[in-house]
Amino acid sequence: MVFERLRAGLERTRSHMRDMLNTVLSGGRRVDDELFDEIEETMIQADMGFATAHALVEELRQRCRNERITDSEAVMPLIRDVVEDRLRQGTSDLLTDQTPAVIMIVGVNGSGKTTTCAKLAHRFRTDKKRVILGAVDTFRAAAIDQLEVWAQRTGADIIRHQEGSDPAAVAFDAIAAGIARRADAVILDTAGRMHTRSDLMKELGKVRRVAGKALPGAPHEVLLVLDATTGQNAMRQAEEFQSVTELTGIILTKLDGSARGGVVVSIVDQLGIPVKMIGIGEGMDDLRPFDAAEFVEAIFG
Amino acid sequence: MRRLRGRGKLTEADVNAALREVRMALLEADVSLPVVKEFTNRVKERAVGIEVLKSLSPAQHVIKMVKEELINMLGGEPAHLQRGGGDTSVLLIVGLQGSGKTTSAAKLALHLRKKGQTPLLVACDTRRPAAIKQLQVLGKSINIPVFTQGDRPSPVDVAQAGVGHARHQGQDTVIIDTAGRLQIDDDLMQELEEMKSMVKPDEILLVADAMTGQEAVNIAGEFHRRLGISGVILTKLDSDARGGAALSVRSATGAPVKFAGVGEKMDAFEIFHPDRLVSRILGMGDVLTLIEKAEQSFAEEEAKDLERRLRKQEFTLDDFLSQMKQIRKMGPLENLMGMLPGMDRMKGQVDLSQSEDEMKRAEAIINSMTVVERRQPVVIDASRKRRIARGSGTRVQDVNRLLKSFEQMRHMLKNVGKLERELKRGGRFPQL
Ligand SMILES: Nc1nc2c(ncn2[C@@H]2O[C@H](COP(=O)(O)OP(=O)(O)O)[C@@H](O)[C@H]2O)c(=O)[nH]1
Ligand SMILES: [Mg+2]
Repeated sequence: MVFERLRAGLERTRSHMRDMLNTVLSGGRRVDDELFDEIEETMIQADMGFATAHALVEELRQRCRNERITDSEAVMPLIRDVVEDRLRQGTSDLLTDQTPAVIMIVGVNGSGKTTTCAKLAHRFRTDKKRVILGAVDTFRAAAIDQLEVWAQRTGADIIRHQEGSDPAAVAFDAIAAGIARRADAVILDTAGRMHTRSDLMKELGKVRRVAGKALPGAPHEVLLVLDATTGQNAMRQAEEFQSVTELTGIILTKLDGSARGGVVVSIVDQLGIPVKMIGIGEGMDDLRPFDAAEFVEAIFG
Repeated sequence: MRRLRGRGKLTEADVNAALREVRMALLEADVSLPVVKEFTNRVKERAVGIEVLKSLSPAQHVIKMVKEELINMLGGEPAHLQRGGGDTSVLLIVGLQGSGKTTSAAKLALHLRKKGQTPLLVACDTRRPAAIKQLQVLGKSINIPVFTQGDRPSPVDVAQAGVGHARHQGQDTVIIDTAGRLQIDDDLMQELEEMKSMVKPDEILLVADAMTGQEAVNIAGEFHRRLGISGVILTKLDSDARGGAALSVRSATGAPVKFAGVGEKMDAFEIFHPDRLVSRILGMGDVLTLIEKAEQSFAEEEAKDLERRLRKQEFTLDDFLSQMKQIRKMGPLENLMGMLPGMDRMKGQVDLSQSEDEMKRAEAIINSMTVVERRQPVVIDASRKRRIARGSGTRVQDVNRLLKSFEQMRHMLKNVGKLERELKRGGRFPQL
């Protein structure tokens, strides 16, 4: 069977790659084209994309030449440097000094928005903060019920309308409730949407504007929830969501899986949007601040 | 350049050059690297030494092979669901979190009912909050029954009870929606293995997100190793993702993509067509369609001759006339240009979509020119223009317009030539 053969081949290639990288790490190898090719392949397999990986390796090659590096062991710190450099954009702290801090969560379908809202709510609740969850996803079947369950589990208040109602109106009411109840944070769970759907993107722009009417300066954070399993299309997502909502940051979810989410390197570098948090599981505890060094370590370490 | 219309065999250099381009396109389309490597090696083995089609350049020939191979790799024709021997066929839906299982399960149910089947949806995602409710709401919206026992019993028990229920009710198809899980989560993968051994599904369908990156091959590979995947539902193809993950999934499982999800609505669900996805993955402005169209419409010799004269900058107004006729045969120029990378931007700037009348006028104008004028339009000054206009019964403006169109076409065709040469050298597609 041709597929059996292909599969066996893939397995070989994969373990071969692993061995090669281990050799890279253990040092003692010559710094040559082969080594750079392997580094490039590692980057590609982490979803950094062909073009970005290529550019990064060229930069790396240049630096190795300038610094006269001849041992592969000395290359590792440089790789970290080069990649981390691209990832350093602003701060990863959430802007929460406003009361209420209005946080709007956006992204494509299934990226983990609702779960991320729950995780954020839980984080505030752990600090004894008062949280309002706004069920702005009035479109997907049972999305409101899903958020409701999380509101109960985290001890947050929820503001909800009926399925099919105007999302902007829910956002407005959630913020108004946040002000009236002196909440510390209002977290808006918007419906997933393909960045290619201009009507739905417009709707999101409206939610954002209405939030600003409910409370001048709001939303203080607009966070794009990005599934780490996503490939090069993540860049398009970031661009489109950026253009309608002015993103303040990215939350990279599902890093507990086997994907590394390397596409954020180009996103951060080219769009200047920082990664603020990462999701590492389905529970409400599974949210961590983003750490560039740790991230790079997970790719190359 | 001599070999651009080569009649010879594909050399290793020809193949390498074209495959470099292909490799890049596949990686940018998110095909997993090991799959890309295997694939390009295989094509290379087959391509070197093959006789080049007369009407194609070596690079074009390789890309044509690549496209055919990719379509083959995806199974060629649309694939259908298998039905086991029993009265009730059982379909198990599995996949990562957020890939679109619940929506796909409901869409599939609707699809099958339209074909005359009587599906039952079984809600086995007892983990994600409100997942059962989601399936119930969807089921209700399409009027298809949903079997649930709430989120207390184990998913395996619910699945079994659901299948029993369907048999009892005489429903011929059971679609089991399961919780999303990571392929590296051993406990949850074991749960699926148990479910499989209890309900003995006729199909195990992996739901894969078309936007998935490099990990697709490992994810699908592991699901396949544990469960034996029989088919794939590729979701979110309504995005602008290239969808290279389909190739990774296919090579990791050997299972065909059977359906495509193309939107949030219940009827946004299609039979999957390998050829369409391949064009999308290659995403090269579909040079191939251009090649194919050109092959059909242009007489081979004529094309070769034109190619030669173009290169020598000998494109004349006579050629222009015959090209305009050819293009009209091929369909609107707009379409033709959309097929070339970078040409999109030229749309609207070049207007060659002449009407029948305009075509006649153009013909009359060109017929009123001397041989020298047709070959070297630069000599056409104001007084010659007046003469030509008089001779053809048109106005000087008409002559001017025609000359402008000619220049535009010459420019455009020169770029097509450049594109082919670039491709041959293995360079990037030039920005036209
Ligand atoms: N493994 C894992 N699963 C996650 C993570 N975040 C969310 N999920 C799961 O992904 C699925 C979709 O999440 P949901 O929040 O409903 O996505 P939404 O459609 O964007 O609101 C659910 O099954 C979540 O449990 C994460 O960090 N890791
Ligand atoms: Mg949601």
